[in-house]
Amino acid sequence: MNAKTPKQMTPEVAISNISRRRLLQGFALSGLVLAVGVPGVLLAGDEPEKFGRDAMPHGWTDDPLVFVAIMADGTVKIVCHRAEMGQGVRTSLPMVVADELGADWAQVEIVQAPGDEPKYGNQNTDGSRSMRHFFMPMRNVGAAARMMLEAAAAAHWGVAVAEVKTGVHEVLHPQSGRSLGFGELAEAASKLEVPERDQLQLKTAEQFRYIGKGKTHLVDGLDMVSGKAIYGIDVTLPDMLHAVVARPPVLGGKVVDYDATEALKIPGVLKVVTIPGSPPPAYFNPLGGVAVIATNTWAALQGRKALKITWDHGEHASYNSPQFRAEMEQAARVKGGAVVRDEGDVYRALENAAQTFSAEYYLPHLSQAPMEPPVATARIVDGHCELWAPVQDPQAGRDLVARWLELDADKVTVNVTLLGGGFGRKSKPDYMVEAAWLSRSMDGQAVKVTWTREDDLHHSYFHTVSVERIEAGVDGDGKPVAWLHRTVAPTILSTFDDSALVKMPIELGMGVVNVPFAIDNVRIENPEAKALTRIGWFRSVSNVPHAFAIQSFVSEMAAKLDRDAKDYLLEVIGPPRQLNPAKLLDSWNYGESPEEYPIDTGRLRRVVETVADKASWGKSLPAGRGQGIAAHYSFVSYTAAVVEVEVDEDGELSIPRVDIAIDCGPAINPERIKSQLEGAVIMGISLAMLGEITFKDGAVEQNNFDGYQLSRMADAPAEIHVHIVPADDYDVPLGGVGEPGLPPIAPALCNAIFAATGQRIRALPIADQLEPA
Amino acid sequence: MPVLTINGEQRELQFAEDTPLLWALRDELAMTGTKFGCGMAMCGACTVHVDGQPTRSCVTPISAVAGKSVTTIEAIGEDAVGQQVQQAWNQLDVPQCGYCQSGQVMAATALLKSNPNPDDAAINAAMSGNICRCGTYNRIRDAIKLAAKAVQS
Ligand code: FES
Ligand code: FES
Repeated sequence: MNAKTPKQMTPEVAISNISRRRLLQGFALSGLVLAVGVPGVLLAGDEPEKFGRDAMPHGWTDDPLVFVAIMADGTVKIVCHRAEMGQGVRTSLPMVVADELGADWAQVEIVQAPGDEPKYGNQNTDGSRSMRHFFMPMRNVGAAARMMLEAAAAAHWGVAVAEVKTGVHEVLHPQSGRSLGFGELAEAASKLEVPERDQLQLKTAEQFRYIGKGKTHLVDGLDMVSGKAIYGIDVTLPDMLHAVVARPPVLGGKVVDYDATEALKIPGVLKVVTIPGSPPPAYFNPLGGVAVIATNTWAALQGRKALKITWDHGEHASYNSPQFRAEMEQAARVKGGAVVRDEGDVYRALENAAQTFSAEYYLPHLSQAPMEPPVATARIVDGHCELWAPVQDPQAGRDLVARWLELDADKVTVNVTLLGGGFGRKSKPDYMVEAAWLSRSMDGQAVKVTWTREDDLHHSYFHTVSVERIEAGVDGDGKPVAWLHRTVAPTILSTFDDSALVKMPIELGMGVVNVPFAIDNVRIENPEAKALTRIGWFRSVSNVPHAFAIQSFVSEMAAKLDRDAKDYLLEVIGPPRQLNPAKLLDSWNYGESPEEYPIDTGRLRRVVETVADKASWGKSLPAGRGQGIAAHYSFVSYTAAVVEVEVDEDGELSIPRVDIAIDCGPAINPERIKSQLEGAVIMGISLAMLGEITFKDGAVEQNNFDGYQLSRMADAPAEIHVHIVPADDYDVPLGGVGEPGLPPIAPALCNAIFAATGQRIRALPIADQLEPA
Repeated sequence: MPVLTINGEQRELQFAEDTPLLWALRDELAMTGTKFGCGMAMCGACTVHVDGQPTRSCVTPISAVAGKSVTTIEAIGEDAVGQQVQQAWNQLDVPQCGYCQSGQVMAATALLKSNPNPDDAAINAAMSGNICRCGTYNRIRDAIKLAAKAVQS
């Protein structure tokens, strides 16, 4: 077919000219078994508990034959099996392979893998895991391929392998001065067996040419600024039709009846069909509704406008945000709920404290609102459904489409396009099912389903809404002795189990139970909250409300005790020590081993000290200006931020400077780490200043970027400075990068506003809360 | 049927006259570089130049651009200023997801054509109609200044 799709979407073509089968056999004989598992689950029998990449569904592979193909002309094709959504993974992961391989980056081409976890290993691109889980496998891939090229060259020359070495894109025999290019060696190398993992000779850090340098330009950068990059919304297939869907305004709502007479009169509108809803829980199933299929998007939109639909809104029509907030606040104010951590005797310690403090924080629902809304294209040919979609979790989409169309998963192909942003929204492939369903209703003809911005804001999997209440007591020296945190928010689990009322371990482990403070009496309570919409993950997830509350509160205590906010934060964190997450009743720890990844308060302290130093913490500032600080551990990385604000007489806020420090272990691509943190700063400012989704009678009140506002150029800080705390070496376990930058921003900003004005913001968004001086 | 010039080529569009230029470009001409973000002139993803002016193609019916000259992201590199903008973007690795960047490049090029040496206030004014959810604003600012230097030299 002449699908107008980019070259990166046809991997089978790209890898076809080396003999994969034979080598795959060699690979299987080497005894590697794909690791399959569930995070944090103790497996039956003698099997040890699995963590990290081993515990992910379909695990991982470091088979070079899956990831690398070298063409006769020397072009090196490297497969990226994770989804590109702005984090730079299509640059950074192949760059690791290229470095170990000895390839010249200018001769590397990236091939995007379709959704096929049995082949590629886990592809669920979220949780800030891509580099953390695949740095090592990608190094192995590159090293193994390099060793195969060296072996081929040695055989060709009839010399010992030890006598040859790899230069840049060629193998050398220094003694004789001979050399052979990668392209010349490719075919012979492809017939060799893949070296065993324990035989691999990895480069030393001094030998790296790309890893750790941050000098590799984005592979898609030029395409992105010339209109050539292909996102999901850009996929164009022959005879493709366009659809939009009128979905129930309220979760669980149903179509009672509809009249499509007027819609069908719109030129270009071909057909109006229903998509069935699904009984709760929501899972990733489509919401159902009435779809208009047309020859172009505009006609479909006009057709949808002309539909007359009578909805039964169902039981969630009672969802009203102000009332829900009041109920959550009520729950947060009384003792009770699930006790999820209890050390010492908090209630007694609070009674005996020299001084006590309490405060309550509110964070509304948020929508991920990626600039490219959800969109998917599907066609069905001879019982095989092929999809093109911007999707974070292509295997989930594949499995779900298979279930809806009653096909085997191997009869569903998911081509992963570039994502115009994801932020968690595009790990829920409801939109892919819609496309597949509609293609089937058109006898397999290609159909693209486009979500408008209104669709996206009305039908997200929303960031939860939360009330966090903290009470603390200090002794006569101001040292904290009691910490009581009640955390109330509808849980993400409700999307998978509609009876769920309390947070699950992965949410609690996002900074609330595992708060690493040096306080003897700690109690965390989790009162119930019933989800009345689809709750999903948004970049950094529960870390956002937890860090907002905790890091605001520590600064509030400091102010009331007349202490410096940074010094007091360090005192509360306490001395450098390694805490076992499990001992803090965090059974999850981002899926990582508690031994390999303890919570290291020394590292947390160091990001605080680094950022304070770089931001000239405590410098004298004119009236109306102030600095705020916050730190947070998330995705097994450590971040801290200092925000400097200026609030003028009219209560107008501007941000002269933000400093943010991260310790994510070894920095593989420092340039993309910087860009991720810059982006996190902007997103943090955006959600703190403006972000709010509210419900009225079960439906979202915001329709587009007028109601749901996002930060713009004029709102951006004048300066953002990112500071990467260097790791000792590449053996330090990697931390996440995409998400950890976000949690400290909102509290640092509100702490800065307090420093500048004396006004304390406890409910986001800040919006027009700032008072004129 | 509206006839207009797109990237220097005369095109006759078949879609209904009230169709926004955005959907005619994307669906009729398969020119997908111009992006959809909001459909209501609130995000700038769909920015094209109409007779040199930055224009939100999502709210511009094709009837309104009949006889006019439209430049899209696909051809902005043929313009000397546009090319410098693209190069600056690449040099500073501005994009994250990249989805908004078509519109950003079109807006920045229009800015530099009317103001070859914009200060921060001018950049804010010209670029605040373009949302970047990934938060690349600071790099965009730096890249505009870099491109301005290149254009002037
Ligand atoms: S799509 Fe035109 S301004 Fe947003
Ligand atoms: S780069 Fe992703 S929206 Fe701007």
